[in-house]
Amino acid sequence: MNPIKKFFDNIHPLVEEGGKLHCLRSVVDGFETFAFVPNTTSKRGGVNIHDAVDSKRLIFFVIIALMPALLFGMYNVGYQNALLGGGDTSDFWGLFGYGFLAVLPKILVSYIVGLGIEFTVAQWKGEEIHEGFLVTGMIIPMIVPVTLPLWMLAIATAFSVIFAKEIFGGTGMNIFNPALITRAFLFFSYPSAMTGDNHVWVNSDKILGLGYECSDGLSAATPLGQAATEGFSGFDCATVNDAIIGLIPGSIGETSVIAIAIGGLLLMCTGVASWKVMLSVFVGGAFTGYLMQAAGLTEIEWWHQLIVGGFCFGAVFMATDPVTAARTECGKYIYGLLIGFIAVLVRVLNPGYPEGMMLAILLLNLFAPLIDYCFVQSNINKRAKRALKK
Amino acid sequence: MKLFSEENKAAFTGPLNMNNPIAVQVLGICSALAVTSQLAPAIVMGLSVTVITAFSNLIISLIRKSIPNRIRIIVQLVVVAALVTIVSQILKAYVYDVSVQLSVYVGLIITNCILMGRLEAFAMQNAPWPSFLDGIGNGLGYAWVLVLVGFVRELFGFGTLFGFQVVPQAMYEAGYMNNGMMVMPAMSLIIVGCVIWAHRSINKEEK
Repeated sequence: MNPIKKFFDNIHPLVEEGGKLHCLRSVVDGFETFAFVPNTTSKRGGVNIHDAVDSKRLIFFVIIALMPALLFGMYNVGYQNALLGGGDTSDFWGLFGYGFLAVLPKILVSYIVGLGIEFTVAQWKGEEIHEGFLVTGMIIPMIVPVTLPLWMLAIATAFSVIFAKEIFGGTGMNIFNPALITRAFLFFSYPSAMTGDNHVWVNSDKILGLGYECSDGLSAATPLGQAATEGFSGFDCATVNDAIIGLIPGSIGETSVIAIAIGGLLLMCTGVASWKVMLSVFVGGAFTGYLMQAAGLTEIEWWHQLIVGGFCFGAVFMATDPVTAARTECGKYIYGLLIGFIAVLVRVLNPGYPEGMMLAILLLNLFAPLIDYCFVQSNINKRAKRALKK
Repeated sequence: MKLFSEENKAAFTGPLNMNNPIAVQVLGICSALAVTSQLAPAIVMGLSVTVITAFSNLIISLIRKSIPNRIRIIVQLVVVAALVTIVSQILKAYVYDVSVQLSVYVGLIITNCILMGRLEAFAMQNAPWPSFLDGIGNGLGYAWVLVLVGFVRELFGFGTLFGFQVVPQAMYEAGYMNNGMMVMPAMSLIIVGCVIWAHRSINKEEK
C-alpha cells in the first residue's frame, strides 16, 4: 500500500469525534483530500451533478498555468536589478537566482498568512478546509512590486482573506477576487510603496551576495507610469518588444505577454478558465483603446494598451476567476467587454491612476451578479412566453 | 416617583449597550463615517449629539401634549434646529479648530436619524425626566462607538492620538508607514462593521 495513504489511514482514528487530536480534524482532512480523491460520494436524495475532476485537482491546473509568468517574473526581477545597477545582464542563472531570492519570501508570507487564517477559521467553524487560497496565495505575490515590504503584504493578505473571503462564507462565496482586494488594500493604504517613480518597481539591494547595488538617483518607471507623468508620444519599437517578452519594470508576474499567453492557453485547453471572458476583455480593451486614440485623448496605440501594465495578467488570470466572474454564457461577454472598456478608460482619462485593470475587475466583480440576473430573467421570460403560446 | 427607578435606569443604560443606536439599530452611520478620522472631532461630535438629544428629548417631552399630531415633525425639527444652532455657535466660539474640522457635520446633526428616532419613539410618549435620560443614553451610546472608531483610525492612519505622535519615530525609521486607507471613509465603514460584529458575538446568548 502507498505509504502516504497508510499514514492517513493510521491517523484517521485520532482525529475522529472524541479522538485525541480532534482539534486537527479539518487540517488532516484537508491534506488527505489534497493528496487523494476522497472515496465518499454524495448521499442519496436530490439531484447531484459531479465533474470527474474535483476542485482540488482544478486548482493544480491554475497553479501550473501561473508558473511560466512567475518564473519569468523572477528572471525579470534579476534582469531589472542588473540593468539599473549597470551589471552583467547575460548571466541567466545569476539573474534568476537573484529574482528567486527576492520573490520567494513574498510567496511564503502570502501562503503562511493566508492559509493560517483559512485553517484557523475552518477548524473554528468545523468546516472543511478549502483549497481556493492556493491560487490566491500564488497570485498575490505576482501582482505587487518586488520592493514591497513583507509586513505590508502580510497585513494586506490577512485583510483580504478575512474581509473579502471568510466574511462572505469562504471559498466560492466571495463577491470580490481576494487577490485583487489585497492589491487594492495596498494600493490605497500605502500608495507610495505601490506606485510612484522611486525605486518601487526594481529591487536595488544585494540579496545574499547576489545582484547589484543601485544608486538612489536612478529611477525606473513602468511604461504606463512614464506615459502618465512624462511627455510622451507612443512607445518605440524596443519598448514594445520588451513589453511582449516581459523585460520591463512592473509587478512581479505581470510583465511578460508570452509567459502569460502560455498559461492562458493551458487554462483554455483544460477548460478551467472561460475563453469568452478572456476574449471579450481583450476586445473591449482594444476597442476602447482605439476610440481613445481616435478621439485624440491618448498617444498610446490601441494594441499597445493590451501589452503593457497588468492588462494581460488581469484578463487571463483574474477576470476569469470562476467564482467572481459572470456565470451565464452571454453574461461573460458583457462582463469581459466592460472590464476591458473600464480598464482603458481609467488609464486614459484618470490622471491619478496610470493603471486601471485592478479597479475595472473589482467594479465588474460587483456587477457580475446583476449581469447574470438580467440574462437569467430574460431567459425565463422568453420561455414563459413560449410556453404560453402553446 | 423615584428619580432613578428601574425604568429610568433602563432608559439610560439600554442605548449604551443592548439597544445601541449604531451597533444595534444601525442609525446615524453617515456622521460616524465622516467625523471619525481623528479622535478630537469624534469626541466633540459625540458630546454635541449627546447634549442635543438630551435637551431636544426634554423639550419635546415637556410640550408633547400640546403638539398637534399632524405637524409634530415640524415642531420637532424647529426644536432640534435651534439646539443645533446653539451648539454650533458654542463650538465656533470655544473650539474653533475642531469646529472647522467638523464643518457641515454639526449642522447635519439636524438630520441625524438617532434624534428624530428618539423624539418620535420615546419623547412623544414619555415624561420629561425619562426622556432626558434616554437622550443622554443614546447620545453616549453613539459617542462611544465614535470614539472607538476615531481611536483606531487616528492611531493607524496618522500614528497620533489627539494630535500627539504615539507611534515611535524609530518604527517609522524601521520602515513602518501610516495606513492611508484608515483616513478614508471606506475604512471607517469596515471598522464600524467590526464593532457591530464584536458587539453581536459578545451579546449572542442574551438575545
